[in-house]
Amino acid sequence: MILSRRSIILSGITVAAAGALPGFAYAAAGTPKRLVFVIQRGAADGLATVAPTGDPAFAAARRALADETAGGAKLDGMFTLHPALAQAASLYAGKQAHFAHAVATAYRDRSHFDGQNMLEGGGSRPYGRDDGWVGRLLTLLPAAERDAIAIAPAVPLALRGTVQVGTYAPSRLPQADADLIARLTAMYADDPLLHPLWDSAVKTQELANDIGGNNGRNGADLGKLAASLMLPADGARVMMVETGGWDTHSGQRGRLNAQLRGLDQLVGALQTGLGPAWNDTLVIVATEFGRTVEVNGTGGTDHGTASTAMLLGGGLAMGGKVSADWPGLGAATRYEGRDLKPTRSLESVIASAVAHHYALDPKRVMATLYPDA
Amino acid sequence: MAVQYLAAHRFGLGRRFDDPAIEDPQDWLIRQLDDYDPAPAAIAGLAGREAIATAYAEYRDERRAMRREAKNAQMRDDDGADVQAMRRMARAGFRRHYGEAARARLTAAVATQTPFPERLVHFWANHFAISADKQSVVGFAGNYENEAIRPHVMGKFSDLLTAAVHHPAMLLFLDQAQSFGPDSRFATRVRNRGRRQAPGLNENLAREIMELHTLGVRAGYTQADVTNFAKALTGLTVAGLGRGAGQRLMPADARPGETVFVDRLHQPGPLTILGKVYDQPGAKQAEAVLRDLAVHPAIARHVATKLARHFSGDEPPATLVDRLEKDFERTGGDLPSLYRTLVGSPEPWAAAPTMFKSPWDWTVSMLRALKTPGLGERQNIAAMFTQLGQPVWRPGSPKGYDDLVATWAGSAALMQRVELASRIAGRIGDRADARALAPLVLADALTPETAQAIARADSPGQGLAMLFASPAFLRR
Repeated sequence: MILSRRSIILSGITVAAAGALPGFAYAAAGTPKRLVFVIQRGAADGLATVAPTGDPAFAAARRALADETAGGAKLDGMFTLHPALAQAASLYAGKQAHFAHAVATAYRDRSHFDGQNMLEGGGSRPYGRDDGWVGRLLTLLPAAERDAIAIAPAVPLALRGTVQVGTYAPSRLPQADADLIARLTAMYADDPLLHPLWDSAVKTQELANDIGGNNGRNGADLGKLAASLMLPADGARVMMVETGGWDTHSGQRGRLNAQLRGLDQLVGALQTGLGPAWNDTLVIVATEFGRTVEVNGTGGTDHGTASTAMLLGGGLAMGGKVSADWPGLGAATRYEGRDLKPTRSLESVIASAVAHHYALDPKRVMATLYPDA
Repeated sequence: MAVQYLAAHRFGLGRRFDDPAIEDPQDWLIRQLDDYDPAPAAIAGLAGREAIATAYAEYRDERRAMRREAKNAQMRDDDGADVQAMRRMARAGFRRHYGEAARARLTAAVATQTPFPERLVHFWANHFAISADKQSVVGFAGNYENEAIRPHVMGKFSDLLTAAVHHPAMLLFLDQAQSFGPDSRFATRVRNRGRRQAPGLNENLAREIMELHTLGVRAGYTQADVTNFAKALTGLTVAGLGRGAGQRLMPADARPGETVFVDRLHQPGPLTILGKVYDQPGAKQAEAVLRDLAVHPAIARHVATKLARHFSGDEPPATLVDRLEKDFERTGGDLPSLYRTLVGSPEPWAAAPTMFKSPWDWTVSMLRALKTPGLGERQNIAAMFTQLGQPVWRPGSPKGYDDLVATWAGSAALMQRVELASRIAGRIGDRADARALAPLVLADALTPETAQAIARADSPGQGLAMLFASPAFLRR
């Protein structure tokens, strides 16, 4: 009798017990699982992405930006999705999108760099760790699902750890010739830093040849690129995609609209590009912290605390729902009088989504991804 | 240890093909502090602030006019020929200043006889980072480095801080130009008329000065300190950009692109920042705060750590950080004294070349090694560095570029360097002999393995590409 990992869990045998039988636990893995972590660098405004339009304090606090989500999909009695997220809205209707609101990492100050370090590293204080939660997750995955890559010139903190990870940045330079590549392979053979980097560069270059002139400049291209790196049989299974430009201190309306439209296209292109593999894909979109409840003097919002995280994919536990222990936006219920109060940890949202996706024991996933929590 | 190599690559910007041998590395570096020229020939012909501001204002006015026309003609303005025309115009207009300044920066770095101070210019421009992501900042980016950073790298830290904060590029980048005192005369009048939402405060610049430029994150300042400092800074803005409420209040004689203080926008009254009350009138209030921040106890360690990391690696030795910190405290932030202490310290000379050159450092050192120019006259310099992963003056955040091995040592980044080295070597061909160049450029860090690999190359061009992609040349 062959048991899949999922059926092992359903039949009450823990993953830890299965792990005691080497070669057995992963023997029957079906379609490989895929994971995409999209980081929103710069503190994306969760209150505009998934707007609590049903909160009586919302309109007064947001003043000129209160109608930012006008025309967007009504998610439930409380929340409206930003209209730029049209494809995400269809995913939500098909129970393939979930939004977790009023979430934040353990970080409570307002520095982008410390906040991103905590979001990626998954530690309990800034610069507390030099590896990341995705990098640690890789150690839990079977060898066939462990190939990870970042669309970035260097490995972002989230992916760092004991498992070697590749990077890919679209190149428009003419490619170096095969002979030079072979000679450099020999030259770097004994160099502990350059040897693994070069190995991965050469391998990735071979894989990515078919994407040609795609320069990844906009969301759709980036999503297409990500899908093309993840679709092949020997392609990446875990991917990190970097997005910036979320720090909307001024002129938020237009800038956020463009940002969210790009993100929406990225997700849409990823879904289209992956085809049937989308059903075994989990996309996590998260930012380091949120933005102030009140609009500032320049039509924007300043650094805040809690924000929204998105889960997208074919096999979500709670697709088509917004989850929130909603704290309210009234002045008295805000964090330090100015920010959306975090009522749930982003770490637990990520860990439980990942555990469900890979059918792993949630406690073990939490302890591995967030060992300091 | 490879002291000649470290002097040339770690402290300098790489050996030039015509550099004489470095006899005494420390003496060679210290002498450069006196020989430093804050206005090198390469930057002499660049446009000034007024031309840059005017070009930007014209671009914006035209863009607005075109949008209006597009609307009238009921055309969509997010697609089609009108947008392409606007993009072309943007490139031809104010972006030209950015491209020219980026090229001049590279020319200056490749030509300089004082590469140590030139590296320090790059270091400080990155410490006080602006980012040319905002259109208003793009044209000013080069002017910022040349007029706010270059003249002050041999002065006191407080002079450098004050110059950086007051430059239009910084005021525009961190939204100061549009931040108004909530109780300023202007905001009060708007509010009393009740016609629209009163303009208000933007705390972006105040926060980043404390977090990034001076005290460092988690240095004990509070949200109230940030807010009050933001209030103190109100009134500082940029003339001649023709946008926002403040522009109508500019002094009549203000030239476009000039930093001005508009008292009607300033938050009146005393403010408490870091436990001290500042009751100076007008612009003097923020200046007093900046002067105090520049000698605050927290800053010496912050600056010492960053400087030590830049010259000794990811984990700078505590002894070096302590020594630089004490020097900063003793002299009240005298920068040449810090540089002398750095050069005279054993730690930067003790370690093997552990740092990975940034794309900028690597490209500059490659071009310095070549007698025949490695890049064509028509090469788009800005686009090249964007491709290499380090757009010039565009780190994407006010933190600037990280100074860690992991920031630059990526597999894709490595492949891109090999591709560029290969392309440049292809241009040079046999006009350079890598076998003769390697001992000059890598000096006492050339290993027998690298020398042999270069000697066995199948062509002069391939040999040159291998020199530039060699482990020692990629590092510093």
